[in-house]
Amino acid sequence: MSEVVRDLKAFAKALVYKNAPKEEYFKRGHRACQGCAPALAIRYILKAAGPNTIVVNATGCMEIISSPFPYTSWGVPWIHVAFENVAAVASGVEAAIKVLKRKGRLDPNKRINIIGLAGDGGTADIGLQALSGMLARNHNVTYICYDNEAYMNTGVQGSSATFTGASTTTTPAGRYSIGQGYWKKNVAEIAASHYVPYVATACPSYPLDLMNKVRKSLEIEGAAYIHVFAPCPTGWGCPSSMAIEVGRLAVETGVYPLYEVERGVWKISYIPPKGLKPIEEYFKTQRRFKHLKKEVVEKIQEKVRAHWERLLMLEKMTNTEEFKEKFVRPFYEVQI
Amino acid sequence: MSQKMYKNGGVVKMAKKVGIEAAIAIAEAAALADVDVVSAYPITPQTHIVEHLAHLVADGILNAEFITVESEHTALSAALGASLTGARTFTSTSAQGLALMNEIVYITSSMRAPVVMALANRALSAPINIWNDHSDVMSVRDTGWISIFANNAQEAYDLTFMAFKIGEHPDVLLPVMINFDGFILTHVIEPVVLFGKEDVEGFLPPYDHPYKLDPDRPVTMGPVGLPEIYTEVKKQQDVAIRSSRSVIDAVFKEFAERFGRKYSAVETYAIDDAEVVLVTQGSVTDAACFVVDEMRKRGKKWGVVEIRLWRPFPFDDVGSALTSGKIKCVVVLDRAISFGGPAGIVMSEVRSALYHVPNRPIVIGVTSGLGGRDIMFEDYVRMFELGEEALRTGKEPEMVTIIGVRE
Repeated sequence: MSEVVRDLKAFAKALVYKNAPKEEYFKRGHRACQGCAPALAIRYILKAAGPNTIVVNATGCMEIISSPFPYTSWGVPWIHVAFENVAAVASGVEAAIKVLKRKGRLDPNKRINIIGLAGDGGTADIGLQALSGMLARNHNVTYICYDNEAYMNTGVQGSSATFTGASTTTTPAGRYSIGQGYWKKNVAEIAASHYVPYVATACPSYPLDLMNKVRKSLEIEGAAYIHVFAPCPTGWGCPSSMAIEVGRLAVETGVYPLYEVERGVWKISYIPPKGLKPIEEYFKTQRRFKHLKKEVVEKIQEKVRAHWERLLMLEKMTNTEEFKEKFVRPFYEVQI
Repeated sequence: MSQKMYKNGGVVKMAKKVGIEAAIAIAEAAALADVDVVSAYPITPQTHIVEHLAHLVADGILNAEFITVESEHTALSAALGASLTGARTFTSTSAQGLALMNEIVYITSSMRAPVVMALANRALSAPINIWNDHSDVMSVRDTGWISIFANNAQEAYDLTFMAFKIGEHPDVLLPVMINFDGFILTHVIEPVVLFGKEDVEGFLPPYDHPYKLDPDRPVTMGPVGLPEIYTEVKKQQDVAIRSSRSVIDAVFKEFAERFGRKYSAVETYAIDDAEVVLVTQGSVTDAACFVVDEMRKRGKKWGVVEIRLWRPFPFDDVGSALTSGKIKCVVVLDRAISFGGPAGIVMSEVRSALYHVPNRPIVIGVTSGLGGRDIMFEDYVRMFELGEEALRTGKEPEMVTIIGVRE
C-alpha cells in the first residue's frame, strides 16, 4: 500500500487527497457489478468536473446501470441518445450553448462543462467516425472513453480495443486461436492525430491523476480526449476486489501507460522507478489471459516493451526546445 | 444583424415577391425563424438549402452555429442534442441521408425534440438514383414525426416557417418534417413572397423547451425504459402526435388570418361535381390540377384531393373529402412501393380511412414517377381513366397499377 501512495505523489499535482471534492454527482444505488472500475471512474470524473456539467452518455454498461427509469444516478444533466453518436450529440449540445451564450439567452460568463462518455466499443469501433468529426471540428467537449476492453454490456464480446491475447465470447481462445489476434487499437493516438489541444490516458487506480486530467481537459478551450483504462472484473475474470490492483498492474507493466499529449507535447505521467514489471504479473490476475502459452506471452511482452520505448522516444522528441519552437508555438499559438 | 436585400442573401426588410429556388426559399424560412443551430451534411438534391444557410451564417446575416458534420447520422444526432439544450434547430436531407439517420429519426421524436427537417424527397438506392419519388419519406412513416407536404416553393417556404411554431408548441414538442420534391421543386425557380422580419413579428414565439439540459435543473434524458414503462411511453407518444392536430390547424388558421395564404390538412380541387378523384401528395398535385382543368374542357368530371398532412394522418378529413359530392371512385397516386405488401402505401391508408364509411367509393391505386421519371399529361389521364374503368366494371383491384412501366 505504501508503494501506491509513493507512486501517486510522483505525478499528482493540483488535487491531493486532502482537497479532493467531497461532493458526489454520480450517486449511490446504481446497478453496476461489484468492483466495476468504469463506475468508479465516472464517480471521480464528476467529482473533478463539478455540478456545472452536462454529460452525454453512449449506450453501454454505464448507461444501463445508471438510468433504469424512474431511477437515475446522475446528479448533473445527462442525456443518452444512442450507441455510436455521443460525440455527435455532444457537438450539438456544445454548439447550442455557444450560440445561446452569444445571443444572451445563457449567461456568457457561466462555464458549462460538456463531457461525452462512451465505452471502448462506442469509441474505438462504432463511434469512431462521430468522435473524429467532433475532434476535427474542435468542439469544446471532453470526450472520455472508459475502456474495459470489450462489449461488456452484451456479454464480453471483443472490440478493437480488446487487448491482444484476451479471450472474449467473440474472440474465444481455442485450438487455432490465441483470443484477440490483433494489436489493441490506440484511440488516444488517433485523437492526438487530430491536433486537439489535450489528450490523456488515465486509470481510476490513480484517482488523483484521473481527476487532475479531467480538470485540465475542461479548463483547456477546445476538444479534449481522455482514455480511461477501467478494469471489468466480471468480463476479465478476476475477483471484484482486484479491480484497482489490476489497473495498477496494467500501468506498471507498460500494458497501459499513463500519459498526456498537451498541444503536441507528450509527457508520460508515471514511469515506474524500478522499470516495467513483466506482463505475466498483469496477465496472471485475469482468467481471460489464462490460456496464453509462454511463447505468446513473450511475443506480447516484446510488443508492449516496444510500445513503451516508442512512448519514451515521443516524449524525448517532443520535449525539446527545437520541437516547441518549430511545431508547438507556430501551430498552437497562432490563432487563425 | 445587418439587413441586406435579398440578392445578397438573407433576411429581407419587407415582404416582397422574388424569383427564387425552392431550396433557397426553405433556407430563408429557417433564417426567418432565426434558427440557432444548423447541422447538415451534403446530399443531392437537398444541398442548396444548407449551402445557403452556410452563406447566411458566414456573412453574419444569420446568428447561428452551423455544424459541418461528417455524416447524416451525426447531423440529426447533433440537432437532437442542440434542440434539447434549448436551441432552435434545423437540418435537411434526402433519401440515403435519411436512411443513414433512420435510427436517430425515431429517437428524435421519442425524445420529444422539436427539430425541423426539410426533406427533399428522393428515391432510395439501389440502383442509386438522385431523382424524385417518395420512397424516403415513406420509409420513416411510422417514426413519430409530424410530416407535411409542400407542393410549390411558396408552400415550402410557408410550411418550413410554420413547422417551428407547430413542433415547438408546448403541447406538441415533436419534430416536423417538411417534404418537397427533389429537383422538381428544390432546383426550380418560382415566384415566392418572402417575409420581412417585421411582417412576422409575434407569429413565432421564442423557443423554450420545458425540459432542457440545464445544470441548474438537472434532468436525466433518454433513460432505460424497462418493459414496465416502455408501453406507456409509446402510448404517450402516440397521444402526443394525434393531439398535435389541433395545434397544426390553429397554426394554419393564424397564418391564413395574418398572411392570407390558406393551408389545410387535406386540400381539394374541383371535387364538388367530380365522380373520379385523384389523391396526391407533393408537387404532382399542381400538375394533376392542371390536367383536371384541361380535361374538364372535354367534359371530364374529375377532381384532385391532396393529403398534405401525412402524419398525424387526417382520417376524418380524408374520409369526408372522399365521400363528399358525387365521388364514386378514388384513384390514389403512390410515389413509392411497399414491396410484397399492399404496394400502394398511401392507397392502403386511404382505404383504411374509408373502411367504416357507408357507401364508400371504390379505391384503386396507381404508382408513378419513381426515381425521377416524369409523369406526363397522358399518364394523369390514364390514372383517371383507370378509375372510370373500375367504376364501369365495378372491380376494385387489390394491387396497384404501375403507370408506364415497361414489361
